Amino acid sequence: MAEILVLVDHVDGAVRKPTLELLTLARRLGEPSAVFLGPGADRATEVLGRYGAQKIHVVDAPEVDEYLVTPAVDALTQIAERTRPAAILLPSGPDGKEIAARVALRLGSGLITDAVDVTAGPDGPVTEQSAFAATYQVTAHVTQGVPVITVKPNAAAPEAAPAEPVIEKQDIAFGPTEHAVRVLSRTPRERGDRPELTEADIVVSGGRGVNGAENFALIERVADALGAAVGASRAAVDAGWYPHRHQVGQTGTQVSPQLYLAAGISGAI
Amino acid sequence: MKIVVCVKHVPDATADRTFTEDGTTDRASVDSLLSELDEYAVEQALRLAESDADAEISYLTVGPDDARDALRKALAMGGDASIHVSDEDIEGSDAFGTSLVLAKAIERHGFDLVLCGMASTDGTMGVLPALLAERLGVPAVTHLEDLAIEDGSVTGRREGDGATVRIQGALPAVVSVTDRSGDARYPSFKGIMAAKKKPVETLGLADLGIAAAQVGPAGARSAVDTATRRPPRTKGEIVADEGTGGIGLAAFLTTKKFI
Ligand SMILES: Cc1cc2nc3c(=O)[nH]c(=O)nc-3n(C[C@H](O)[C@H](O)[C@H](O)COP(=O)(O)OP(=O)(O)OC[C@H]3O[C@@H](n4cnc5c(N)ncnc54)[C@H](O)[C@@H]3O)c2cc1C
Ligand SMILES: Cc1cc2nc3c(=O)[nH]c(=O)nc-3n(C[C@H](O)[C@H](O)[C@H](O)COP(=O)(O)OP(=O)(O)OC[C@H]3O[C@@H](n4cnc5c(N)ncnc54)[C@H](O)[C@@H]3O)c2cc1C
Repeated sequence: MAEILVLVDHVDGAVRKPTLELLTLARRLGEPSAVFLGPGADRATEVLGRYGAQKIHVVDAPEVDEYLVTPAVDALTQIAERTRPAAILLPSGPDGKEIAARVALRLGSGLITDAVDVTAGPDGPVTEQSAFAATYQVTAHVTQGVPVITVKPNAAAPEAAPAEPVIEKQDIAFGPTEHAVRVLSRTPRERGDRPELTEADIVVSGGRGVNGAENFALIERVADALGAAVGASRAAVDAGWYPHRHQVGQTGTQVSPQLYLAAGISGAI
Repeated sequence: MKIVVCVKHVPDATADRTFTEDGTTDRASVDSLLSELDEYAVEQALRLAESDADAEISYLTVGPDDARDALRKALAMGGDASIHVSDEDIEGSDAFGTSLVLAKAIERHGFDLVLCGMASTDGTMGVLPALLAERLGVPAVTHLEDLAIEDGSVTGRREGDGATVRIQGALPAVVSVTDRSGDARYPSFKGIMAAKKKPVETLGLADLGIAAAQVGPAGARSAVDTATRRPPRTKGEIVADEGTGGIGLAAFLTTKKFI
């Protein structure tokens, strides 16, 4: 069976939940191979194996943290040329989408972004996307090259399928740095006591109707009772009631939880 | 400094948007306008021009005849000139077709800085700026919440997947900005009148040396199989709050097995 490359989203080796969802989806299409960039792969091996990674391609090079996006593009493109995978899956986020697009351009491949489901079809993976503020459901497939697909969080429930992954260290020829974007500093997003917006099964959000920063304490209490993440509408964020990293929506964080509780939110576009 | 701002003409996000039978965006049935998120790119270009007397701002759009309206709106906010690439064969392009046309038009015009929005409000892919940088062979300094240009490089703050990063790339570069970069100005009456006299250059694929087969459905690397409208939402259940509203809500969520 052909390899399916899955780009691992991690912070210093701590694997984030969307990666486990991608590994679960990848098993429908072929044999999942994780692509791990940066330091900390040894800390990730166990969990990647538990969710079915047969192989882990490791690129432990300083460039990955020193420059934005392009080292990951170099790495993923070269690994794809070496392994000839049947598909490449990445998490939908600003980084994941930009990496995906540039890898697809270099490989001569088609790209589908923001899939909410991926299944095996007669001509390769079939994706489902949600369009025009979720009024449409679109199915599509890639017609040229290795399909490159970015997947939204919560597209699938992670299912364990234990494997003993083979570790393959990959040497990458990185492109010239004069066209690269240097990362001057990096501030990891604060991890509070509550689950992350993208990972939570339940999100409790407040909007303009919450009527003041102090009332967000109520939203937080409901969230804590349900083990949920806290979200906020753009109106509430713009009013300065809650930090932008909690904003839900096109220009905030895109979420797809099992349950979304909206308080004081109109649903206006 | 030569600035090119890429602006997209999109169906109004507050209207009832639909797909045509062949799975492309139906642009005829609803009003279209300048993608709101591109107004932030226009704004940043105008701010840069305020502190650089040699700045020259041109807007670029790829789209059908009425996409010219997006250029007019941007020109009414400020700036100098615009380029409209319009060709029947472009209709139905994917991200690679569109980025090819934009890149060729940008190369033909020349640039020090290309400014884009963070994503369109219809396709919402958020990948065009990265594809343009890849095609033009320049840095992609994308998704910025603020930006400064100094000593030939662009520096800014980016809200990335798991971290906030400060990033820097050398000019010439492609930059995209978010809706947090600074409120966009409204066109003034004087601006609207002045926009009518600003030049719009119209180009076709032949002017850019692009073959029809490289764009449109022929050049697309992916295909839409089905586009299905979701059934309209049914009316929800209303729990009236007579002091026990909370219990009613919890009971509803429990029977639906949500909690
Ligand atoms: C390009 C673009 C991108 C955008 N991106 C985002 C985004 O990422 N995220 C986002 O959220 N928005 C986004 N928006 C903005 C979005 O369009 C709405 O304007 C915004 O979400 C409205 O927020 P709201 O529902 O909190 O406020 P409102 O629309 O003002 O709604 C407030 C609601 O509270 C109710 N209410 C008032 N008082 C009470 C009370 N005491 N108890 C209960 N309910 C009460 C009201 O009836 C109303 O329904 C975007 C817009 C554009 C154009
Ligand atoms: C619902 C939907 C889903 C789609 N999914 C896919 C897909 O999975 N794969 C695929 O290849 N194509 C897809 N397409 C087609 C794709 O959206 C178009 O090819 C489009 O040209 C590029 O993507 P975007 O609008 O998402 O641009 P984005 O990448 O979101 O645009 C970012 C910025 O690029 C600039 N820009 C974008 N388009 C133009 C333009 N025409 N003129 C000037 N500047 C511009 C603007 O500054 C904009 O803010 C989809 C289209 C729709 C409507």
